[in-house]
Amino acid sequence: MERCAARRAPEEERRVRANAREYNEKFQYASNCIKTSKYNIITFLPVNLFEQFQEVANTYFLFLLILQLIPQISSLSWFTTIVPLVLVLTITAVKDATDDYFRHKSDNQVNNRQSQVLISGVLRQEQWMNVRVGDIIKLENNQFVAADLLLLSSSEPHGLCYIETAELDGETNMKVRQAIPVTSELGDTSKLAGFDGEVICEPPNNKLDKFGGTLYWKENKYPLSNQNMLLRGCVLRNTEWCFGLVIFAGPDTKLMQNSGRTKFKRTSIDRLMNTLVLWIFGFLVCMGVILAIGNAIWEHEVGVCFQIYLPWDEGVHSAFFSGFLSFWSYIIILNTVVPISLYVSVEVIRLGHSYFINWDKKMYCAKRRTPAEARTTTLNEELGQVEYIFSDKTGTLTQNIMVFSKCSVNGHSYGDVQDMLGHKAELGERPEPVDFSFNPLADPRFQFWDPSLLEAIKLGDPHVHEFFRLLSLCHTVMSEEKSEGELYYKAQSPDEGALVTAARNFGFVFRSRTPKTITVHELGRAITYQLLAILDFNNIRKRMSVIVRSPEGKIRLYCKGADTILLERLHPVNQDLTNVTTDHLNEYAGEGLRTLVLAYKDLEESYYEEWSERLRRASSAPEAREDRLAQLYDEVEHDMMLLGATAIEDKLQQGVPETIAILTLANIKIWVLTGDKQETAVNIGYSCKMLTDDMTEVFVVTGHTVLEVREELRKAREKMMDASRSISNGFSYQEKLSSSKLTSVLEAIAGEYALVINGHSLAHALEADMEVEFLETACACKAVICCRVTPLQKAQVVELVKKYKKAVTLAIGDGANDVSMIKTAHIGVGISGQEGIQAVLASDYSFSQFKFLQRLLLVHGRWSYLRMCKFLCYFFYKNFAFTMVHFWFGFFCGFSAQTVYDQYFITLYNIVYTSLPVLAMGVFDQDVPEQRSMEYPKLYEPGQLNLLFNKREFFICIAQGIYTSVLMFFIPYGVFADATRDDGAQLADYQSFAVTVATSLVIVVSVQIGLDTGFWTAINHFFIWGSLATYFAILFAMHSDGLFQMFPNQFRFVGNAQNTLAQPTVWLTIALTTVVCIMPVVAFRFLKLDLKPELSDTVRYTQLVRKKQKTQHRCMRRAGRVGSRRSGYAFSHQEGFGELIMSGKNMRLSSLALSSFSARPSAGWIETLRKKKGSDSSTAGSPSSAASKTLKV
Amino acid sequence: MKNKTSVLPQEGEARPSRCPDNSAFKQQRLPAWKPQLTIATVLSTFFVTGMLCLSVGVCLILSANSVREFQIDYSDKCSDCSELRENSSNWNKECHCSVNFTLEEDILGDVFMYYGLQNFYQNHRRYVLSRSDAQLLGENVNNSYCSPFTTYQNGTPMAPCGAIANSMFNDTIDLFYNLNSSVIQVPLLKTGNSWWTDKNVKFRNPKSYNLSSAFAGTARPPYWQKPVYLLDEEDERNNGYVNNDFIIWMRVSAFATFRNLYRRVSRIRQFANGLPAGNYTFNISYNFPVTKFKARKHVILSTVVWSGGSNPFLGIAYVVSGAAATLAGFVITAIHLKLRKRKTCFQK
Repeated sequence: MERCAARRAPEEERRVRANAREYNEKFQYASNCIKTSKYNIITFLPVNLFEQFQEVANTYFLFLLILQLIPQISSLSWFTTIVPLVLVLTITAVKDATDDYFRHKSDNQVNNRQSQVLISGVLRQEQWMNVRVGDIIKLENNQFVAADLLLLSSSEPHGLCYIETAELDGETNMKVRQAIPVTSELGDTSKLAGFDGEVICEPPNNKLDKFGGTLYWKENKYPLSNQNMLLRGCVLRNTEWCFGLVIFAGPDTKLMQNSGRTKFKRTSIDRLMNTLVLWIFGFLVCMGVILAIGNAIWEHEVGVCFQIYLPWDEGVHSAFFSGFLSFWSYIIILNTVVPISLYVSVEVIRLGHSYFINWDKKMYCAKRRTPAEARTTTLNEELGQVEYIFSDKTGTLTQNIMVFSKCSVNGHSYGDVQDMLGHKAELGERPEPVDFSFNPLADPRFQFWDPSLLEAIKLGDPHVHEFFRLLSLCHTVMSEEKSEGELYYKAQSPDEGALVTAARNFGFVFRSRTPKTITVHELGRAITYQLLAILDFNNIRKRMSVIVRSPEGKIRLYCKGADTILLERLHPVNQDLTNVTTDHLNEYAGEGLRTLVLAYKDLEESYYEEWSERLRRASSAPEAREDRLAQLYDEVEHDMMLLGATAIEDKLQQGVPETIAILTLANIKIWVLTGDKQETAVNIGYSCKMLTDDMTEVFVVTGHTVLEVREELRKAREKMMDASRSISNGFSYQEKLSSSKLTSVLEAIAGEYALVINGHSLAHALEADMEVEFLETACACKAVICCRVTPLQKAQVVELVKKYKKAVTLAIGDGANDVSMIKTAHIGVGISGQEGIQAVLASDYSFSQFKFLQRLLLVHGRWSYLRMCKFLCYFFYKNFAFTMVHFWFGFFCGFSAQTVYDQYFITLYNIVYTSLPVLAMGVFDQDVPEQRSMEYPKLYEPGQLNLLFNKREFFICIAQGIYTSVLMFFIPYGVFADATRDDGAQLADYQSFAVTVATSLVIVVSVQIGLDTGFWTAINHFFIWGSLATYFAILFAMHSDGLFQMFPNQFRFVGNAQNTLAQPTVWLTIALTTVVCIMPVVAFRFLKLDLKPELSDTVRYTQLVRKKQKTQHRCMRRAGRVGSRRSGYAFSHQEGFGELIMSGKNMRLSSLALSSFSARPSAGWIETLRKKKGSDSSTAGSPSSAASKTLKV
Repeated sequence: MKNKTSVLPQEGEARPSRCPDNSAFKQQRLPAWKPQLTIATVLSTFFVTGMLCLSVGVCLILSANSVREFQIDYSDKCSDCSELRENSSNWNKECHCSVNFTLEEDILGDVFMYYGLQNFYQNHRRYVLSRSDAQLLGENVNNSYCSPFTTYQNGTPMAPCGAIANSMFNDTIDLFYNLNSSVIQVPLLKTGNSWWTDKNVKFRNPKSYNLSSAFAGTARPPYWQKPVYLLDEEDERNNGYVNNDFIIWMRVSAFATFRNLYRRVSRIRQFANGLPAGNYTFNISYNFPVTKFKARKHVILSTVVWSGGSNPFLGIAYVVSGAAATLAGFVITAIHLKLRKRKTCFQK
């Protein structure tokens, strides 16, 4: 471990020469040893303590401890502070130590992995940590890559090599890497030993998908890219062996560079708590000052005369100085208003809540075998306060399972489900799927319902043949054939997989590929195409092409891509076909399908030769290579012939619409941020109930310039305000406008609105001068959909809401593109789904189904919030009740900082006598059963409005605490002063008084926790009764003869318990104190419940009544109705959203929404709808043109 | 491509189920009692509590009223002595004074005699701390707990040490009954006034063949007139640290005004039923200076009942809170009937 070198200065560029350790040594690159652990045995204690004392609370208590060691000040023994402090520090240290132990273990395991290193021509087994930059190492199949390597050669032809990057980015599909041609011939160790190329490349960085460098070898330069790199963390697959040159090692590898610490998130309760603790601290100082002044006056007036019996301490010569000292003494004894156990208890409670989330069977996905996981344990109560949810669409709302659903070939649309008579099938009457048994290579899981497409193939329609040929050739899927005919496809994107699988089933089976050929079984005949070029997909091009040479020698370019891009690149002769296809495309988009347009182009041999020559030169160009390539691609993908279009169904996740409906009812605003196009997004919005037909209006913002966007936003706002004005008859609106700002007006609007905005407009809307305007408009809407947004924009939108709304935001997503949003939001939720685990790694909570979100928020979040609030209220109450007694006593003991209680009571009060009952309440309390919080989503509202614990509630708790402390002191005072015991002796001795006050305090706070606990499980019973029993047990033990005889100066209260508690007067005092402290609370609680019941109270009450009389009527019926409506919707969704739209059943769309995704009056059902809504069509005019514009983008 | 190995994840293979247990605890379905405030429980609580408090209060007041108590402030009545004591150099000069008083009616039952101090801060922090329980337990430990009254300048330790012991109340009070010009000393008991645990556990004399040798090498506290082993020369078991007056003094009071039990009237002869009405005299040997710090001294005669002495506070407090609880019960009933909203099952 000690070999792991310290960090050096950042490098400018990296030079690595193969097989030259001495040469590379002088750069002092990091070795391949990694160290993620923080401590070792010697440094653990100092480093860990240093870290812990960086916490303000710990330092504060250390400071108190130091104060207590000064004899003139010490009003309490040092152990009253050190016991809790040591307890807290130990718990934290043990936790840190365990964490670090596991890190050590994993470091050791990783560092000691074996790898084969080529040293002076011989392969030697070395541990990973001994691998150096510049070494050549050999990897075998299924081995982890030890460092970031430049691939030199491999067992596969052309230096290909396959890797799985699951550990790196979470994607489980295979990727291909290829050695540069010159090194791919260095197959054996002798040749490799002689390799002395030098690589000059970029310094270490964390960009996983970028690498730039050059190999200098034998006076030639070879450009290197990410395609030539094997990164640490990948696993070699399907490749027998390969050799690589170590470029980055250990901490410099991209894997390690990426494992940055995520930003520490705090909850709003945390922040509030910190503020309150500061206030309390201020309050503490005030009390200290008051008592110090009191002390100075007392010493000046009384204490001076009393000096014959009690001279001042040495060094104290004036009343003023005595007051100064007593200030510190009071700070010490009053410090329990901010008890150290607060922080620990809060952590314990959160940990408990996290475990409940992890243990929840109802959030376990049997299919993926993943339980929900609370990855952070510090945010639970914030789950009960969420106001805005930002959701990704793909993989989150939708399953990211792509099903080839429809296609349009040469102007003919296939794929509608038809019944026997050729009519479009109604819901639930699906006929048998098409039989693919003629094709032995067909994928049995693939289903298709339109037999006409298969007929067209069998009839030999050349267009259809060409269509599927394209699908089987133009892709980047890898195939694997375990045994004859058992094909597996490994696709980078599920869309592609769906398309290739479709082609496979329709008889155009992609069988295998090599870098230069593709073998396809076309209707049983094996044909091998020569693969001339792959013009790969990227986000800007939004298309990919292949250029192949058929066995006949014809060169053809096949291209598939986004409609907006591809339709502009077609040959003009396609105009008519384009129109028909566009109609089909709109229809598909209207059904929420993902579309791609397919086209081809024949290339002349001479043109291709000339073009490929230019391509070769461009690809070896040292600079601006990518631009030049893009230009060349652009040139050849032109004037193409349209083949048709495909439509892929993006299946919704289970239970999404119900979840969204419930969350909406819970007053949570859901914003969908998606990279998809507007039509698809809007349709998913409808299908998952975000947008509903009851909505007053759906605004669509598609402006391209700042002015357009501003105008559109302004119009939307005006419409909303007009509506609210007409509803409120103008009066209240006018008043509001004059009295308050625009925001409040918008918040008070009537009616439900939704906003759809696309990426271009969003870019403008997010500019500094417009963001507030945008936010106001968007927040007035019930649902917001942002489409075509980039990952950065996702984060910006979240940031915007966070910045201006002071609301709790939750971001949920599953892909790498959601990471920024997940990290930005208050709470990030990762769907452990198909797109890898990056989102999960960045998230605070993870589970595998979107529908679990409702349980996470409405059940766990709500309970966590409730419990935490109740816990904090009670905690502050009990500590004020406990501590303030000292304050009142100060006025009777000459402000001398004499404590009321025994020092052991002070030590144990917070950690033993009162900690467990409140912890049990904080962990187990439930106000209403979990089913009710789903039935009545409105129960979630108190959390959003921050009603249960805020400054007001805090002051109420404090007031209650102070009230209790007053009674706690003055009732015993009144009773004890001048009173005698029943045997004539003095009653009011200090020790009896202390025991009486302490006992009544413990009883009062126990009764109070009993009142606060709404859910008495056996554990609560045990803790509450147990605490009382423990109190008396410890009391009698501390006051026993035995302890006193061992430590007479420590246990001075000997005999006190039995003597004091034998007095009827004492018990009457305790009883009276309890009654007087508790009864007003009961009265207030009951009156509040009776006069202004919260919804949860009502639900609880209903529960009670329902239990009493089995037949409950209205409530049951209502709840029942909500349920049936939900499930009805779910069925309709599960059976296929497309059919519903086709039947027009759930498509009572408002005019704008309708026009926004059906720009052209094409499909029959839209026309009929339009006729019905004749009058609306005029208003639909302008936005529809706006919508069609976006389609062209 | 040559012998590929499978890369498909081996689904469902010997992986332990990650499904959480279906236990009531983990699923938060523990059986629980869910108490709720209903009008019935609340009202019954209030009325029952109210009634209980009222009755307890009445009992307390009645019994407290049956206590007879007689109190005399003698700090000024012996003005000569108090002036004398203001100068601490006169510590060994004796000063006696007598206070006459008349009991209008008999004080029946056990009669207790207290000395009461006002404005004497026995609960001051530094005062409370200044004692050594180890020393008082007879383990002759010389330690720092007693500061500032630990040792004399020549190093002789004080026994007992500390501010509490040093300031012990050292007036002696005798009671005389003037019956028809004859003066009868009222018999007073000076033992049995302290807690059993104090007398037998907390305080113990150092072990030696006699008391004075046990305290050899120590000196009396500066304000004491005689050493600790001469506190009660008549009774061996009431001498030294286990002296009753000392033990009672060492049990410090919670407040600056307090009374400590001094003597009990021995119920013999004409005092068998208590103190008869008539003229009495307190003969006081005035040693304890209080005027310097504006304190007052009292001597008190009182009887006790089951609830202690004559402190009316608890009874009154009980009656008041009982009345308040009952009243609150009525108010709640009124509010509940008049103002409460109809409980609807489903709000909004």
